[in-house]
Amino acid sequence: MLNNQLHLNTKFFDADVQKRATRSGFGQGLLEAGTENNNIVGLCADLTESTKMNVFAEAFPERFVQTGIMEQHMVACASGMAAMGKIPFASSYGMFNSGRNWEQIRTTIAYNDMPVQIISTHTGVGVGPDGGSHQALEDIALMRVIPNMQVIVPCDYEEARKATIAISKTNKPNYLRLVRENTADITTAETSFEIGRAQVFWESENPEITIVAVGPMVEKSLLATQQLTDDGIHVVVINSATIKPLDEKTLLYWAQKTNAVVSAEIHQKNAGLGGALSELFAQHYPVAMEMVAVDDQFGQSGTGEELMKHYHLDTQAIIRACKKVLKRK
Amino acid sequence: MKTLMIMNNETHTKLKLHANTIRKNIIRMLEKAGSGHTAGSLGMADIFSYLYLHELSHKPTEPNWNERDRLVLSNGHICPVLYAAMAESGYFPISELMTLRMFGSRLQGHPHREYLAGIETSSGPLGQGLSQSIGMALAERIDKGSDSNKYFYCLLGDGEINEGNIWESALHAGKEKLSHIIVFLDRNNIQIDGFTDDVMPLEPLDKKWESFGFYVQTIDGHDFNAIDIAVHNAKNQHEQPSIIIAKTIPGKGVPDFENIPAWHGKSPNKNEAEYALSELEKLEKELLC
Repeated sequence: MLNNQLHLNTKFFDADVQKRATRSGFGQGLLEAGTENNNIVGLCADLTESTKMNVFAEAFPERFVQTGIMEQHMVACASGMAAMGKIPFASSYGMFNSGRNWEQIRTTIAYNDMPVQIISTHTGVGVGPDGGSHQALEDIALMRVIPNMQVIVPCDYEEARKATIAISKTNKPNYLRLVRENTADITTAETSFEIGRAQVFWESENPEITIVAVGPMVEKSLLATQQLTDDGIHVVVINSATIKPLDEKTLLYWAQKTNAVVSAEIHQKNAGLGGALSELFAQHYPVAMEMVAVDDQFGQSGTGEELMKHYHLDTQAIIRACKKVLKRK
Repeated sequence: MKTLMIMNNETHTKLKLHANTIRKNIIRMLEKAGSGHTAGSLGMADIFSYLYLHELSHKPTEPNWNERDRLVLSNGHICPVLYAAMAESGYFPISELMTLRMFGSRLQGHPHREYLAGIETSSGPLGQGLSQSIGMALAERIDKGSDSNKYFYCLLGDGEINEGNIWESALHAGKEKLSHIIVFLDRNNIQIDGFTDDVMPLEPLDKKWESFGFYVQTIDGHDFNAIDIAVHNAKNQHEQPSIIIAKTIPGKGVPDFENIPAWHGKSPNKNEAEYALSELEKLEKELLC
């Protein structure tokens, strides 16, 4: 059942559950953080409304920098602003704001350990009709390999709002991975959030599998619990919103307790959440594991729903992975 | 704002002597390190002498003094001249220069801000310094509006401006009319693979930067009066960022090293260093006469 200590949304399983986008949670969070702290500045590369930077830009035009379509310049410029004491938030689509400007992020932000916040929206196949060129499926890998960089993937609107406020207080570089599409509200304003902490959102009695998910796959994993329960399969669902640093203690505890893990993310299998978990478990507690993720392929055009099904990222894929990992225990 | 005047003879000679000492230390540290970039470092010694020993508003014994001018060395590979000028102006002991590129040294092969106070940003990967200078100037403008007394110096290599990031930042500097940005472009005509004209022609440089909204001056980068006048002209501009295209001689001061692309990326061996130091000693004696 849903973990009632976390004040999760009691209407989550209702047909009319409220759905909002994590990018909108960021927009609201940045407005709140910027209201509290005058040192917060925003930069955007010609995607102000799409990335929901417009909320901040309209409230604080004097603290907003429009860089035009220059992702490389945008993040290096943000580093310069951080060197003068600012806390810059630089937003663009995930593909450009991790790939196009990777080396600027590495050298001017991470190598300098500057508190620049890289905000990437439109990640994953949920971008849909825009096609594979615009569907960032490699960004977690690109960012988590850089020293000093923290990587956070909120599961819903509220968590994105809280994560935005939280990263503004870290004095560290952070990568915040968001999506365009609306997903169900899972958490509420009362749900706690802490960078580096994984939370058990669902726990069946005597669980035999640990599902670790991020982003929209947390919603899918929770939905999957309904059929899994009917099928007599007992799981815990962990939201590992911080991919770096991982909450090793929580994750190892549940891996040891269940001896079977399923990871779920809208990213390449290589070097994303599943990769990070594999590194952790291989070194500390080798355990049977299945990965729900894109299998070394590019995306394509289609509706989000069609693509989630095609790339085996839907609830059925999670259920199949659970059944498979059980056989490997 | 200082009034524009020709530098007096005493200052002129003093800066030339500092530049000569900086060059000697560049040779010594590069020979000891066994690797590093000689030509560009020697070529920029006069401009670094001018900035660190004369023009910069800074406190070498208090490197993080908040009101300091900010100097970003974008082409980080010529850091021997940066380190030598910093030591010459009192940031750290001259003897520490001999640790360049060694394990545990604060003087990393390319500058790292977390290793050495006074380094504003880590650099080496090319094309990113002007972006960072713009960010610094924008942050200052948010805080101080037009009341700022700080200047943001950015040093670029000519080969470096092959990088697309440079032209992104040039567009943005022009848009924002950041008049407290003063770029020095080291026009020494060489890069690793040879002469810039052969690798990737850059001219007309002045027209290019003008079209991006910069106030452009082209000077002899070894003429202290010209450097001084150009910087003061730049400071008197209130509508445009400035770029000073400084024509320099790579390897300047050591005749056999001058204008030879091969000296871009290598360090002198013992014999070459002895020769270079003897040439620089000769120059020093002439200056002291």
